[in-house]
Amino acid sequence: MIDDFLLRALIAGIVIAIAAAPLGSLVVWRRMAFFGEATGHAGLLGIALGLVLGLPMIVGVAILAGAMALVVTYATYRGTYAVDTILGVFAHSALAIGLVVASLLPGVRVNLMQALLGDILSVNWVDIAMISGGSVAILLVMVLRWRALLNGTLSPELLVAEGGSKLLDHLVFTLSLAMFVALAMKLVGVLLITAMLILPAAAARPLSRTPEQMVVTAGIVGIAAVGAGLWFSWVSDAPAGPSIVMMASAGFVITNLAQLLRR
Amino acid sequence: MAEPLLTVENLAVRAGAKRLLHDVALEVCEGEIVTIVGPNGAGKSTLLKAIIGAVPHSAGTIRKRDGLRIGYTPQKLHLEKTLPLPVSRFLSLAGGLKKGARAKVLEQTGILPLRDKQMADLSGGELQRVLLARALLRKPELLILDEPTQGLDQPAEERFYQLLAQVRHETGAAVLMVSHDLHVVMAESDRVICLNGHVCCSGVPSSVSADPAYIEMFGARAALAPYQHRHDHSHEHGDHRHD
Repeated sequence: MIDDFLLRALIAGIVIAIAAAPLGSLVVWRRMAFFGEATGHAGLLGIALGLVLGLPMIVGVAILAGAMALVVTYATYRGTYAVDTILGVFAHSALAIGLVVASLLPGVRVNLMQALLGDILSVNWVDIAMISGGSVAILLVMVLRWRALLNGTLSPELLVAEGGSKLLDHLVFTLSLAMFVALAMKLVGVLLITAMLILPAAAARPLSRTPEQMVVTAGIVGIAAVGAGLWFSWVSDAPAGPSIVMMASAGFVITNLAQLLRR
Repeated sequence: MAEPLLTVENLAVRAGAKRLLHDVALEVCEGEIVTIVGPNGAGKSTLLKAIIGAVPHSAGTIRKRDGLRIGYTPQKLHLEKTLPLPVSRFLSLAGGLKKGARAKVLEQTGILPLRDKQMADLSGGELQRVLLARALLRKPELLILDEPTQGLDQPAEERFYQLLAQVRHETGAAVLMVSHDLHVVMAESDRVICLNGHVCCSGVPSSVSADPAYIEMFGARAALAPYQHRHDHSHEHGDHRHD
């Protein structure tokens, strides 16, 4: 008989793996891994903000990650600094301020270990409802904007010439990513969020011939990693979040080795 | 005279404090080939990007005829190795076109055999034909081509211009393009615009190639324009592959 908390962890993990598939593929194609990292770091400040204002963690993180997305979009458009500089400045500022605020909060002790590594085994049904709602929203946006997102990836100029908007494309992508960070924060923590995005997509690449195939394969790899990681965590008592990411990286090694050997 | 497809007046584009383009004026009429030439960094690509609306302009006007359909080929695509993308999927990303129309363009541009190839595996010449095909899918009245023969060797370049002439013959689309191939430009264009931040000189090829500003920019040899290659005869292309 599967334990109740394990079942909740499995459901939450699977939902997140599905939402991560299209977003993670786009992150890989657009070389935006560092953006995921930056919004994740901003999330720590979001946790502190949530505690100060008495908001649920997901809401606090969503606000901060969303603000990060907007600021980065604006700064990128101003074009004074390279994107990775902008991201580095904001990510580490947010991380540092978040750590300071968390330590100064009177009477509240932020569990830093939990914020950094997540705790998928402690999700409750309310968390699952929020994660599911948010994931459905992300998937809906992905489906409706998929063609524009692919065109924006290939050539922003081509996107505009065919009637699209560069700004809208950027906002859709970065805000969806911010939303994902807020949803995944409790599960895998600040440090490993980007891994949930990138590893399944990278593992799926050698098995795919079209963008859509890669997304579906990434979803399957992600779900498998969640299942295998939770199982490993259960039998070995290792922390769940890192176990899941470890399984995803095993998937990456296997598919890429298989491709190398086939040549 | 009919209203021009595209009229640009007093156009200026800035990037921060830097002035990329100023006082640019040009006009493209139905069926015309207008070519932009100029040294590196002259703002040729920027001008095309401003016209399609991908780069904001700080002054001047860009007027397009009502409902003008533009087909654009960018100078390059961000073809990441991590993005699996067959040619057929790339073309369907143009959206909203019937299968029959797509098949016709595939045939017209001779890329039918490339359909299932990955975009990242295409040669330079093949990629340019695929980009042209995508632009044609929109049934354009104006083709805007950003250095379509960049990086092609002489035979591939030659074949591309043959294809372009043939496509124009079949669709009647006007062309506004950036090119470095001076001899082809002088033989094929209706009008040439010599750009270096602003319009140095413009007009029919024979007058531009005699213009002191043009000679200063490209040297006396370019002015001779010895290459007299004409595509005003039509010839049927069979099913043979070029590459």
